[in-house]
Amino acid sequence: MEIRPILSTLRCHKLTATLLVLQVAFTCAIVCNIAFMIVRRVQRISLPTGIAENQLSVIHSRFISEGDKPLEKLEQADWTEHQIDLVALRAIPGVESVAAVRFALPLNKNEASYGTCPSQQALDRAMQIKSVHGTSCIDVSVYDGSPGLIATLGLHLVAGRNFKSDEYVLGQKTPPVAIISSGLARHLFPGQNALGKELYVGPKHIVRVVGIVGTLLRPNLHGPGQNYDSMIWPQLPETTGVFYVLRSAPRDRARILKDAKAALLKLDPSRMIKKKYMQTYTQIRTQYFQRDTTMIGLLVASALGLLFVTALGIAGLANFWVQQRTRSIGIRRAIGATRADILRYFQTENFLVVSGGVILGVLLAIGLNLLLMKHYELPRLPLWYLPVGAIALWLLGQLSVLAPALRAANVPPVVATRSV
Amino acid sequence: MGVSDMFGYYLDLALRSFKRNRVITALMVLALGLGIGASITTLTVLKLLSGDPLPQKSARVFTAELNPYPAAVTEPAERVWQQNGDLTSYTDAMNLLHAHRAERQAVMALTGAKIAPKRLNEHPFFSNGVMTTADFFAMFDVPFEYGSGWSEQDDESRARVAVISNVLNDKLFNGSNSVGQTLRVNDHDYRIIGVLKHWAPQPRFYSISLGGHNYGKGDAVFMPLQSALADKMSPQNTNCWSAEADMDHLETAPCAFVALWVELKHATDAAAYKTFLSNYVAQQISLGRFHHRDVALPDLMGFLGQQQVVPDDAKLQTNLAFGFLLICIVNTVGLLLAKCLRRSREIGVRRALGATRQAIFAQFMIESGMVGVAGGILGLIFAELGLWAIRHQPAEYAKLAHLDPTMFVATFVIALIASLIAGLLPAWRACVVAPAPQLKSV
Repeated sequence: MEIRPILSTLRCHKLTATLLVLQVAFTCAIVCNIAFMIVRRVQRISLPTGIAENQLSVIHSRFISEGDKPLEKLEQADWTEHQIDLVALRAIPGVESVAAVRFALPLNKNEASYGTCPSQQALDRAMQIKSVHGTSCIDVSVYDGSPGLIATLGLHLVAGRNFKSDEYVLGQKTPPVAIISSGLARHLFPGQNALGKELYVGPKHIVRVVGIVGTLLRPNLHGPGQNYDSMIWPQLPETTGVFYVLRSAPRDRARILKDAKAALLKLDPSRMIKKKYMQTYTQIRTQYFQRDTTMIGLLVASALGLLFVTALGIAGLANFWVQQRTRSIGIRRAIGATRADILRYFQTENFLVVSGGVILGVLLAIGLNLLLMKHYELPRLPLWYLPVGAIALWLLGQLSVLAPALRAANVPPVVATRSV
Repeated sequence: MGVSDMFGYYLDLALRSFKRNRVITALMVLALGLGIGASITTLTVLKLLSGDPLPQKSARVFTAELNPYPAAVTEPAERVWQQNGDLTSYTDAMNLLHAHRAERQAVMALTGAKIAPKRLNEHPFFSNGVMTTADFFAMFDVPFEYGSGWSEQDDESRARVAVISNVLNDKLFNGSNSVGQTLRVNDHDYRIIGVLKHWAPQPRFYSISLGGHNYGKGDAVFMPLQSALADKMSPQNTNCWSAEADMDHLETAPCAFVALWVELKHATDAAAYKTFLSNYVAQQISLGRFHHRDVALPDLMGFLGQQQVVPDDAKLQTNLAFGFLLICIVNTVGLLLAKCLRRSREIGVRRALGATRQAIFAQFMIESGMVGVAGGILGLIFAELGLWAIRHQPAEYAKLAHLDPTMFVATFVIALIASLIAGLLPAWRACVVAPAPQLKSV
């Protein structure tokens, strides 16, 4: 296809062609960056927790003590009271196992974390500067829970053993041993076997690693590289508020939550069980990522909206150009151009205009990314997004010009002979 | 013809032109409507999030930021404040409060309040409690339905008095005047001395560092700080810097858990008050209690800015929406331009019949203005839809997202400006069309 005549035609429509180039360029720049943001958010919401999410439900119970106990005593409940609850919950048909935890579970936003060091020297250094930054110490989320927590959550030990029953401690006490995630093992003891090593937790406590589990996400996300720094302590909950984790077949979860509430209220009708703290793990995950999901929806909608408006612009302009040039198309047909020639003419013209837009758009996309990096902590746009964006816009251009181009191809040669 | 006749004539011409290109006109209006709808929706949310919660006096209300942390904390003070806000220790806040160097001053912390029900067989429930001092209500212009706040005397004598919100009053007393009644909070009896009218500043500036919600419904019960602490109510956000902190005696422990807000007579008095703070800190350093001389006294809006209460997502969405609107405008320019170039003959005829360039320009600007108004109406519908969708989100601020009169007007202003900018180039091209060549038969 000869492109010189197309270029000279475009030169006659400099203004409209420039506007189209600009529109394609802006769209290319914005859509490339939107796509990047969508991919990042999707990666974020699909982080694995490492637990058997689709089989778990969680219910929160809070004892309400009466009378004038001092407030610090109010927060205390007896472990035996929780044990009675656990027996009742285990008796619910369909429940495979149950565990009680004080408050922390992956993605439930209730977090207790401690500065944890791999050695005494690291601890001394961290104490000296009052910060774990710049030392080999790490901020680690701690999970506690009753015996059976690891099995209930569906965690798998990749090394070592589970807790022994005499290793469990009550409430605020620090246990002698811990099970850590493999991510934490790698961070604290790179290149070594973490099993049997001692962890220096806070200024006073030393716990020994007896087991390592695979993936175990923290209650909150802390940024790449820190999301899996977690450990489990054999610590029995002794608080008035307690979370019970129930494991069952996925389809039984809604019923089991209802049965669990009834069973718990039967034991102590005065306790408080709030509807918003009766959740399947699917709901906990959805709730944690609610804002990201909304944002993904908005980003997808605006990307589609932009592409739609741009397609509209391309089709609209092409339509006008075809109408405007009906006579000259007729003349070309009369002197021997085939329908395919006319079709190809408009397609090539569109390709040229969109190419101009894409070249400018790629530059704008990089500029926009730099701007976003400055204001929104977004990393650098991977370069492969640019050719993908370009191809998408070329396809969009060809699709939107197809209808007007076909109309042009259908202009009969006889038009050439008509006056006006 | 008079100006209004001309205007009517151009409107008529524009309508005819729209009828000729129905699909294109509809698409132009649709695109503009989408862009405007998205912009107005996100702007409304942004305005809601970044609003001034105390517009009548926010420039005269300040919060004191100190750096009570140990010498080993070497982070720059700006970072410390960004993370911990105006949280400070009880001893220092009370010293500054008792110095009475501002027009009004109040120290505050939040606490979970377990409230006993008034009727039998009902469960106790938890709501938000504020522990504060006497000036709180006058300083933040808190409106009272019944009764009033407490006095400094009550603060010092640790009186068990309370002020409750209208929401709590409706719940417990069916909205009747409950002044003089007893409220059982965290297993202690407090005498109600005031009931508030609806009061829920957005964002809830005073609770940002104290561990509360930034947006949403207001707090339920207000108690004198010293009385509540004496009754062992625990603050919601406590930041201790020594492992040996005695949590049973928080008042004297090396912990930050209260905030100090002050109201000055004039915004210009801030420098004097800041000097007073610096002198206080210097004195504490000589006593060995403090290790850092940093002091800041941001005003209310400055504090909100420092704490970055507006989520990045909301700003990003607004930018995105305006990017979208920009493309819609470019799109409209292109389509209007193509439309006007096709009408060169019509323009030639009008010019030959005596229409001036200004007349042609006005005609085309009115045409694009009409596209703008139509786009504005459609944009309003889209914005209402968008806000309706946002109200069904679980975010703290979601329930508050409504189109206010300013944004209603803004919709049309944005629509008109957008369409007139879009119409400028085509109208200029139209008015420079030379009449003679257009009249020749092709």
